[in-house]
Amino acid sequence: MTDHETKIIIAGFGGQGVVVAGNIIARACVIEGKNVTGMVSYGAEMRGGTANATVVISDREIAGPFVERPDIAIIMNQPSLDKFEDMIVSRGLAVLNTSLVDRNVQRRDLDVAEIEASRIAHRLGNVRVANIVAIGAFAARTNLLEMSSLARGIEDLFKSKKAALVDINKEALRQGAQMMARFKE
Amino acid sequence: MSSQGKILLKGNEVMSEAAIQAGCRFFAGYPITPQNEVPEYMSKRMPQVGGTFIQAESEIAAINMIFGASAAGARCMTSSSSPGISLKQEGISYIAAAQLPCVIANMQRGGPGLGNIRASQADYFQAVKGGGHGDYRLIVFAPSTLPELYKLTMNAFDYADYYRNPVMILGDGILGQMAEPVEILPYEPIVELPEKDFVLDGCKGRKPRVLKTLFLRPSMALVRHNDLLQASYKKITAELKLHEETETDDAELVIAAYGITARIAKGAVKIARQNGMKVGLIRPITLWPFPDEPFKRAARTADRFLVVEMSGGQFIEDVKLASECKKPVEFLGSGGGWYPTPDNIFEKIQTIYETEALVD
Amino acid sequence: MEFKRPTALLDACTHYCGGCGHGIVHRLVAEVIDELGIRQRTIGTAPVGCAVLLYDYFNCDIIECAHGRPPAVATGMKRVLPDRIIFTYQGDGDLAAIGTSETIHAANRGENITTIFINNAIYGMTGGQMAPTTMIGQRTTTTQDGRDITSEGPPIKVCELLSSLDGVAYLQRVAVSTAKDVIKAKKAIKKAFVNQIEGRGYSLVEVLSMCPTDWKLTPKQAVDFVNNEMKKVFPLGVYKDKK
Repeated sequence: MTDHETKIIIAGFGGQGVVVAGNIIARACVIEGKNVTGMVSYGAEMRGGTANATVVISDREIAGPFVERPDIAIIMNQPSLDKFEDMIVSRGLAVLNTSLVDRNVQRRDLDVAEIEASRIAHRLGNVRVANIVAIGAFAARTNLLEMSSLARGIEDLFKSKKAALVDINKEALRQGAQMMARFKE
Repeated sequence: MSSQGKILLKGNEVMSEAAIQAGCRFFAGYPITPQNEVPEYMSKRMPQVGGTFIQAESEIAAINMIFGASAAGARCMTSSSSPGISLKQEGISYIAAAQLPCVIANMQRGGPGLGNIRASQADYFQAVKGGGHGDYRLIVFAPSTLPELYKLTMNAFDYADYYRNPVMILGDGILGQMAEPVEILPYEPIVELPEKDFVLDGCKGRKPRVLKTLFLRPSMALVRHNDLLQASYKKITAELKLHEETETDDAELVIAAYGITARIAKGAVKIARQNGMKVGLIRPITLWPFPDEPFKRAARTADRFLVVEMSGGQFIEDVKLASECKKPVEFLGSGGGWYPTPDNIFEKIQTIYETEALVD
Repeated sequence: MEFKRPTALLDACTHYCGGCGHGIVHRLVAEVIDELGIRQRTIGTAPVGCAVLLYDYFNCDIIECAHGRPPAVATGMKRVLPDRIIFTYQGDGDLAAIGTSETIHAANRGENITTIFINNAIYGMTGGQMAPTTMIGQRTTTTQDGRDITSEGPPIKVCELLSSLDGVAYLQRVAVSTAKDVIKAKKAIKKAFVNQIEGRGYSLVEVLSMCPTDWKLTPKQAVDFVNNEMKKVFPLGVYKDKK
């Protein structure tokens, strides 16, 4: 049915930067000329709870910004896994921040990309870039977006107010992708 | 700014920037979710362009500041969400009565009462049928995407000036909160703008002017003023009906939806067509004046209508009126924060096809 | 000196009752506008209440507002046209009941406008109901045994109330019940307009004014009522004069 739409959810607790992560993915889509909608849980979504951002990407007109059944879930903590595991479409992808998730994915029909995002971020000197590490992993695993677009998305977002954060975020993106590529081999 | 010249903005920001581009130089508002990005954006942008932003003490004060700013000749705007729009109704009635141009945005949320902060389309009657006291009309625009929100917001200022009538942007929490790439195109007037010969700026070189809404004497003065307003509404009705049709030519079932719901319904039309069902969509862009002709036409060619709206059933009344109840009108909708997905709507379409045996 | 109609007043017969204070205050405002030479850049706001028709009397641009909203409307106008002179002319119901919020916040923002506040302790146009400034024991059509402090509370003293706001530039309470008072009132009104011309911010002149009809008194008794009763509850004087 909506075969050309890719629906992504990024979920975690407040402060994990799920909104920023969604924003950077959406910016990368704009850079690549894809149609995209972004939405942040402000309480408008039917299934509330943890903080989440949703992104819908398509080459065609997008019907609506909501994601009921994500194709890709970037899961930053345990409660988000508990909540969203069942919603992911069959053969969908779960990107898991294993630093803050203490169980495996139960479903057998999902592709799972595990990444110690928080630990890598901590090693980089700022645990708050775990979201970007996870995006790096997602990008390497899916090839949905160019790494260069995501890097530019980071620049666009941070350059005006938090220019000092550009480098560490780009490094987080690189390491997330590299770690995923290594697992692939 | 990306290579395509598009930038990613939230709906509330898109609308605010469109207003700035269109020359809006006065904004007064009061915080309420889900439209807080509007006053926030305006507080930052207005000083940059030499305009005024005021965080008013209430929505009542905000709309009355608009009354004053418009009388003083500024392009001006206020925004709110449902409960706040209720508070503004007093001022809206006065502004309409005084025939002052301004733009009012309602990013609707769930009601009645304090409701919730989810998206809703339950203020349709309030926007389209009145809301405040007296016989007046607002021009009501219902954008369904962010690029359209950008365009219609600019147009709203032009039509407000052209017809000397307040224009409402009737959005909702989804439209306000979602982000989408938008090209920030430069403003160009959509109509030839009349001279503002009503402005109160001091009577230098002319006779003093009065802007008022009280008509006590002579006894027929208010009747005459009402006739004047009705003549203006008649002109607007004749000139400004806007709508969009999708695959209605051969449609057996025509969906009617507006705003964000129409966008979602378009997704459902696509699914239905992929499944061999002849389904189309009529999307009013102006809710007042209501584009009745496409519904009259569809009532001749289609078998049935399906209204989808995020309320218990308000817009459906105008669809029935416009189609003169010539064909059955089905309904999918609910208030309080419910929203449809393309799949929901498609399921409803399937049910209609099964029970009514449209495919034969 | 020749006594003639100020240019800022139209040649009209007002609808005000005999002995009403509005006519005096209209004239004082018009004289001040003439003396300052600002008629052609002045915009007045008409309130809801007896003065709603003031556009029939003033020879300048006028906007008529919803009840209680003149401070908000004036705010919108003044921000768009900062070099024009905007005055609000408001009664006690307009300013201190239905429009209390608009009054306090415009004052607190220090909006550079001039407010003429007519306090006659009663609702005139609607036929003599209790005002926020109706005094304890005063009979009105909605306090027929007299205002009772336990159920209606005491009268609101606007100058005292606003004097606590840092945004306010100037507050003075005057009366128009004696010749001396009228002269003082004009001085205060002039100062409130000059303040605006000089950009000093929100200036309000509260005028204790007669309403013989709704007080059910003769014009002479009404003047005595202001002098003997109202001035006790609402002491005249300058409540704020920010340097």
